[in-house]
This record gives sequence, C-alpha cells and structure tokens, in this order.
Amino acid sequence: MAGHGHVAHSPKRHTGLMDWLTTVDHKKIGILYLVAGGFFFLLGGLEAILIRIQLMYPDSKIFIGATFNELTTMHGTTMIFLAAMPVIFALMNAVVPLQIGARDVAFPFLNSLGFWLFFMGGLLLNTSWFLGGAPDAGWTAYAPLSSAFSGRGVDFYVLGLQIAGIGTWLGGINFLVTIINMRAPGLSFMRLPMFTWTAFITSTLVLFAFPAITVSLVLLMFDRLFGANFFDAAAGGNEVIWEHLFWIFGHPEVYILILPAFGVISEVMPTFSKKRLFGYSAMVFSTVLIGFLGFMVWAHHMFTVGLGPVANAIFGVATMLIAIPTGIKIFNWLFTLWGGHIRFTTAMLYAVGFIPTFVIGGMTGVMLAIPTADYQYHDTYFVIAHFHYVIVGGMVLGLFSGLYYWWPKMFGRMLNETLGKWNFWTFFIGFHLTFFPQHFLGLLGMPRRVFTYQAGVGLESMNFISTIGAFLMGVGFIIFIWNVIVTNSKKKDAPADPWDARTLEWTIASPAPEYNFAQTPLVRGLDALWTEKMAGNKKMTPAEPLGEIHMPSASILPFLMSVGLFIAGYGFIYHMYVLIGVGAVIVVSCMFTRSFKDDPGWHVPIDEVERTEKEARA
Amino acid sequence: MSGWKNLCRLLPIVALAMFVLTGCGDPYLSALDPKGPVAESQLSLIKLSFYIMLGVFIVVMVIFTYVLVKFRKRPGQTGIPKQVEGNHKLEIIWTTIPIILLLVLAIPTVITTFDLAEKFPSEDVVNVKVTAHQFWWEFDYPDLEVSTGQDLYIPTGKKVQFQLTSADVIHSFWVPALAGKTDTNPGMVNHMWFQADQPGVYQGKCAELCGPSHALMDFKVVAVSPEEFDTWVGKMKAAAERTPATATAQQGQEIFNKSCLGCHAVGGQGGKMGPNLTAFGDRDKVAGILEYNKENIAAWIHDPQSKKPGNLMPAFGDKLSDQEIDSLVEYLDGLKINE
Ligand code: HEC
Ligand SMILES: [Cu+2]
Repeated sequence: MAGHGHVAHSPKRHTGLMDWLTTVDHKKIGILYLVAGGFFFLLGGLEAILIRIQLMYPDSKIFIGATFNELTTMHGTTMIFLAAMPVIFALMNAVVPLQIGARDVAFPFLNSLGFWLFFMGGLLLNTSWFLGGAPDAGWTAYAPLSSAFSGRGVDFYVLGLQIAGIGTWLGGINFLVTIINMRAPGLSFMRLPMFTWTAFITSTLVLFAFPAITVSLVLLMFDRLFGANFFDAAAGGNEVIWEHLFWIFGHPEVYILILPAFGVISEVMPTFSKKRLFGYSAMVFSTVLIGFLGFMVWAHHMFTVGLGPVANAIFGVATMLIAIPTGIKIFNWLFTLWGGHIRFTTAMLYAVGFIPTFVIGGMTGVMLAIPTADYQYHDTYFVIAHFHYVIVGGMVLGLFSGLYYWWPKMFGRMLNETLGKWNFWTFFIGFHLTFFPQHFLGLLGMPRRVFTYQAGVGLESMNFISTIGAFLMGVGFIIFIWNVIVTNSKKKDAPADPWDARTLEWTIASPAPEYNFAQTPLVRGLDALWTEKMAGNKKMTPAEPLGEIHMPSASILPFLMSVGLFIAGYGFIYHMYVLIGVGAVIVVSCMFTRSFKDDPGWHVPIDEVERTEKEARA
Repeated sequence: MSGWKNLCRLLPIVALAMFVLTGCGDPYLSALDPKGPVAESQLSLIKLSFYIMLGVFIVVMVIFTYVLVKFRKRPGQTGIPKQVEGNHKLEIIWTTIPIILLLVLAIPTVITTFDLAEKFPSEDVVNVKVTAHQFWWEFDYPDLEVSTGQDLYIPTGKKVQFQLTSADVIHSFWVPALAGKTDTNPGMVNHMWFQADQPGVYQGKCAELCGPSHALMDFKVVAVSPEEFDTWVGKMKAAAERTPATATAQQGQEIFNKSCLGCHAVGGQGGKMGPNLTAFGDRDKVAGILEYNKENIAAWIHDPQSKKPGNLMPAFGDKLSDQEIDSLVEYLDGLKINE
C-alpha cells in the first residue's frame, strides 16, 4: 500500500453536495443507494395505495382504464428495479467490503457509475408521469401490447430500464471481483459470512440475467422506435420471444432479490441467538443450488402460453426442485435458534417474522409449479399474493432486518427500538391483512391487473380487508421514516459492536472510518470476530503493519456520464437526434478523460489514521 | 359502515376457505366450485398440493413456536450456548422428506399435464374457434358454420375443443368454473378443451393484461342441454330470414345496415370488426359488462368510450339522432334466437 505517496494528488476531499456527487467510497455509495431506493419505495408504495383505493369497493371510478394500468405498471417496475434492487445494493455496499476486511470495492469508480446510471434511469422513467403518461403495458411489458398498442410511456420504460440496468450490471460485476479478489488474509470462501456469500451468488445472477433483459429491451426499442418487427406476428415476428427473454431475466431476478435477504437472516439469527449458523456448508451449497436452478425454471411463468405438455411438465418439476434447497435453509435457521439465547430486537423480530411468511410464499410457489393447477392460478390474485409473500414477506422483511442490524455501522447511530417494534408490528400485520385474502380472491375468479370487479360474487369483503391492510403497511413504513428522522437527530454514539456480533464489520468503529480497516485483519476462522472473542482476544490480529493508506480519488465523471445517457435517453424517446448527439458527446468525452487522465489516487497519512483510530476508541 | 360489516362477514369465509378449500365463491365463477371434469382435475391437484404444503407448514410452525418460546433469553441468563456446527442426520432427514413429498406431487402433475393437453377427433367434440379482440370475444363453430360474439353456447356433457388465437394483443381465455386459462397469441393457435356437466351461465374472463379495458373483457359460457343446443344451432342458421317485428325496428335495421353492418354481422352478413349480433337480444349483458336493458344499449351506442375505455367502436351520439338510436335499439333488442 505504501510506497508511492509522492505523486501530486487530485483534490483529496470534497464537501457538501459535491462530496455526494463525486464520492467513490462504498459506504457513501451505499447511503446514496439507500436514499434513492427509499425514495422510489415511497413512490411505489404510493402507487400501491392508489391501486388499493380503487379496488376497495367494486365499481369505483377513481383510477380506471389506462390510468390504472399506469399505476400497476409503475408500481411493479418501480418496486422491482428502483426500490428493491438499490436497497439490496445499499446493504451490499455498506456491508460486503467490511465483512471481507477490504478497504473498498474492487472498482470504486465503477461503483459510483453504477449508482448514477441506476438513479438517472429511474429518474428518466418516472418523468414519464409529467410527459404525457407513464408506461401502461405492465411491468412485464408483454408484446405486442407494449410494442404496437401502447403510447410513449413504454419508450420511457425501455430507455429508463436500459440505463438503470447497465448500472445494476456494473454493480454486479464489481461485487463479484471484490469478493473474489479482496478478501482479507485467511478469509477463505468457506469462511465467508453468509451475507457475503449471498451477495456473491446474487452478483453472479446479475451478471448472467441482466444481459437477457438488455437484449429484450433493445429488441423492443427497435420495434417501437425504428419499426422493426421482432414481435409482430403478422410480419414474421414472434411475440412469445419477448416472454422467454423477459423471464430468462425475470426469474433469476427473483433470486437476485431474495438471496441477499437470506444472507441477512443468516447473519441476524446467529447474532441474536448467540449461536453459530447451523449447517453453514449446507447453507452455502443450497444458496449456490438455488442460484443455479433459478436459471432453469423461467417457463413456469409461461405455462398458459401454449408451450405444450413436455415443456410444461419439465419446467414444472424443475421448479418444484427449488423447494428442496429452500427447505434446507428454513430448517437450518430454525436449528440455529434451537438452544440459543434469543433476543427479540427489531432486527430479530423482522428475521423471525420472515420465517412463516416466507414459508407460505414458498408453499404457494410449489402449488404454482403444477402446470395444470397454474392454469387456474395464473394471472390472478393468487399469483399476486404468492409473489408478495416472497418479495415483501421474504425480501422486504429481510431488508428491514438488515437495516435495523447494520444501521449503527452505516450511520453511527442506533435506530430507536420502541419505534422499531411499532414499525415491525404494523407492517407485518398490515402485510398479512393485505395479501393473505388475495390468495382466495384469485381462486374465486379475480384476475390480476383489473381496475374493477363484480359485486355479489364474493369478492367485496376480501378486497376491502386488503385495502385496510395496505394502509396499515403504509403506516408501518411511515413509522420507519419517523424512526430514521428521530434517530438522525441523536448523537453519533453507537459502539463498534453494539449487538455482540460475530463478523468482521463489527471490529471497526461505527460508522466505519473512511479507510475501513487501519490494518487489514487476519482471519482465523468462520465468524472472524467471534473466533477472536472465544480466544479471549480484544481485537483482531493485524495482517500488516500500520502504514499510510492508499485511497481512490473522487470523481465527477460517473455522474456526468449518467447525465449524458439521461439526455440521450430523451433524444431516443422524442426522436431528437441533437439530444442523442449531445448525450453521446458527454459520455464519450467522460470516457476519454477517464482513460487518458492518469489518476494514482491519494494516501491517508499515518498520523491521520492514528488520530482517527484514537478518537474512535474514545 | 358497510365496510365493517364486510369485515365480520369475511372471517367465516377465510376460515372456510382455509380448511375446506372448496365450495366457496360464486358457483358460476369460482375455481373452487368446479362444474366440469377439467376444472375438477385442476382443483384436485390444487387440493393435493395444498394439503401436502399445509402439513409442511404445520411442522415448521410447531418447531418455530417451540424454539421461540423455549429458547428466548431469560432475564439474567448468561453464558454462551453450545455452538453447534450442524447435524448430518437431521440434514439428511430434511432433505429426503421433501424429495419424497415432491415425488408424490410430481407424478400426478406430469400425468395431468399430458392428460389435459390431449386433442380429440372432431366427431367426439364440439369445435370452437376463439378469437380474442380488444375487448371482446369472437366464437366461431367451424363444423356447424355458426358464429357468435360474447356468448359462447355449448351443449352439456360433451367436450368442447377450442382453437384459440387473437386478432391484436395477447389475451387469455378463462372460465374458472370450467377450466383454467389458455393464452390467445396473435399469429398462433393454442388448444384446450373443457366440458360443462350442468346447464348454467358460466362467467368468462380475460386474464392477460390487454389494454385499458382489460378488466371489462368478460364473456359468458351458456351451457344448455344437447337438444336445446341443436335447436339453437338450427335457429342461428335460419336467422338470415328473420324480419323485424315492428316498423320502428324496420327503420332501425335500415340504419344498422348503413352504419353498423360493416363491423357487426347479423345472420351471416356483415363485418367482423365487432361482435356478431345475430343473437344480441338473448344477451344478459351489453358489451359483456352492462346490465342488459334498452337504456344501456342506447347509452352504449351513444358513447362506447365512457363504458369501456379504449374500445374500438366509434361513438354514434353525435352522428345519429336520439330517435334513430331508439329505433336501432328496438331492432337490436329484437335480434333473438331463443324465444
Ligand atoms: C368500427 C367498427 C364498429 C362500428 C361501425 C360499430 N361498432 Fe358496435 N362494436 C364494435 C366493437 C369493436 C365492439 C366491441 C366493443 C368491446 O366490447 O370492446 C362493438 C360492440 C357493440 C355492441 C355490444 C355487443 C355485445 O355483444 O354486447 C353493440 C350493441 C354495438 N356495438 C352496436 C353497434 C351499432 C348499433 C352500431 C351502428 C350504429 C355499431 N355498433 C357500429 C365496433 C363497431
Ligand atoms: Cu383481453
């Protein structure tokens, strides 16, 4: 690390807004992801509430027709691409480098670029509300509805997701390389904390799944903007291709979302039951297996398309197989708790609440894997219930658990536990009220994506309950925001290891100093910190002498490049070639600058490191 | 508030649905109340998988509750619990049992998947070609040379075999009480079949998002005895010879032939841009959703957009006088097959 501190440095530190626009620090990028994800989560949540208001009573006329379709499309798209993904990346950024004893991710510049591309893509998509209407062909955007029968909104969908998708893809590559190359000495793969393992598998899935959506979006863009006929059956195209491509991406996407939540649960449960994770290697291999099988089952979203009984049977049985590694996980978690000293902090409540909820989601998943039964469930509220149990009951509960758990490490402050419990119970009860009845709505004959339903056929009460539940979830989320605001006004006094935890991130100050580890730690076992605790050591054994620390330089280029693509996006949507040109010039000149301007980074001098460490201990 | 009354009414429904998993909902709409062999076989798999899953859920919940109660940290409790690495025997158990359960489920799954995909020779079935349109359904009986829209007539106790396609975007053909759904893909033909064991008017839905009025793309399956069905077919074929009963209806027919026949066929004549209206007077819904009565027919002709956003029928409120629309309504109302 030391040795070339003599080079003239680019400005070391920016402050204020400029700091946030130029930062390449994974911890700050994590916060950016969290804030942006939280903002989009609010938007998507608002859309959900409006949908539920329309469906509270039969024959409401509040949001009908295309407007309703815009709401459902934007709710789905926003929640998946712009809320769930960034919050996952927020946690990965905040936690993974710390868990592996690294000073940053492998490519800090790329990390920043990934965030800004995601953010600008999301922004572009959402400006459609003010520019003639949001996309209304569903978040799945099936052709030819999306290619030939929808308005300009779908162009925003195509370009917004394309730009955001590049960002996500870069993020995935970055974490793969980081986890492979930047682990501290002694931290072998089979000693990796479970959250890092899941981040690793999720990143692999991102690497292979996102190209599929990129390709499908390119084809859709060509159909829409340049009159190609990829999806036009009358001109020799084939609309079913879209469904395949979309779900070849879309199904792994589900695992991209859920695996990190598994990771969170596998960190939180051991900490709050004071036991090591039961069946660690089985957990690792089941994660790998789920990731692998996740690519083999996409056509279970397409049982009613008419692929024929051979394909349906194979994909159905393959889907059922996923229940096996998932079941292994559930039992391993239960037996992690078995014999422990369970502390019900908010983080733990969320982790515990995750179990029954996710099990229900998994069970309806097996039910849905039966093709002929799926002919009844498909595209009904049963499916809506199923995937909300998996995504909200699974992923969102997991993410909340992770946020309560790692908040002190990210911000140096502990979230309020009383508010946290209110947050949990309102959200949890609201969730089940909203989605449990929807299983039955589907079976009683209510298709999804409908803006109204008949009175007098047994659908009213459950729709009403569902809406009440949605409001309760909204209250739960507002309590969370309130908690964040309250916490933010408190002193930064979180200890380094507030939960008596087990992994490396808890060996350094809360919040982590800019350089993370003053000295790279030596890892001597699974649960590195716990290993030292058991050996009676107060701190980690360092793997290197104290020295000046090399840091990457901040850069405005990622932000500018994303702005360039943002501008070019409008150029494509409105066929304004000038804008495409302006955007392209910005992007290319940023790339040029980045390639030809030598940037050796900068160093934190030893005395500053020592000072920071002493202050943190005080 | 009626909402709270609903809340009370719901509890038994949920309980019933959970434990009985059958016999609830509207008998002509619910997938839980099957009225033919296809929906029955589908429900039996739904039940089988539900019971297996319920068993697993109960096991998980028992362990879960026990663990949370038994192993919560007591006040003053100190020390460190035993750090257990794993347990091979347990891990093998909870890997094999699910495999066995899934096998139990997989075998009938594969069998029914192939069973329901079977195709039958024309002698044994009534063939129907379904063409989905934004936002209505066209039904042609190729062997019988009869066409209808919105109302699908079928004989009870006989297999009805469908060839499904679409004229525009992807829709999905779903009659929950009779069978699960099959997508209608433009440029392709899908197959499915079902059978109604009892006479009745079953509700059909479009299940794939297809545009602004996706929610309103309803249709009816009218199952009648085989004799009644044959009579119906005969009368449909003879419909070309019908004449309007009154002078007003006569005037309505003239307007219809001028303004509407290009899109709507009656008695074998006319276009296919809109639903076939040969048996319009027998419908119990206008455009699939409005209560069937003369006001609604007139309102529809006046301004279809306000009833079904995005549909493809032009408004006639500003092209025809009220009196002309009234005579159209009288004519349309007389287009009956079943007297
Ligand atoms: C451009 C083609 C077109 C013309 C011209 C047209 N219609 Fe229609 N009509 C349609 C379509 C398409 C529908 C189905 C709308 C839907 O349900 O989405 C329809 C539906 C209807 C229905 C409801 C049918 C049912 O099955 O319930 C009636 C009644 C009707 N039209 C009457 C008329 C009359 C009367 C005229 C002439 C004044 C007319 N239409 C002219 C296209 C047309
Ligand atoms: Cu449709």
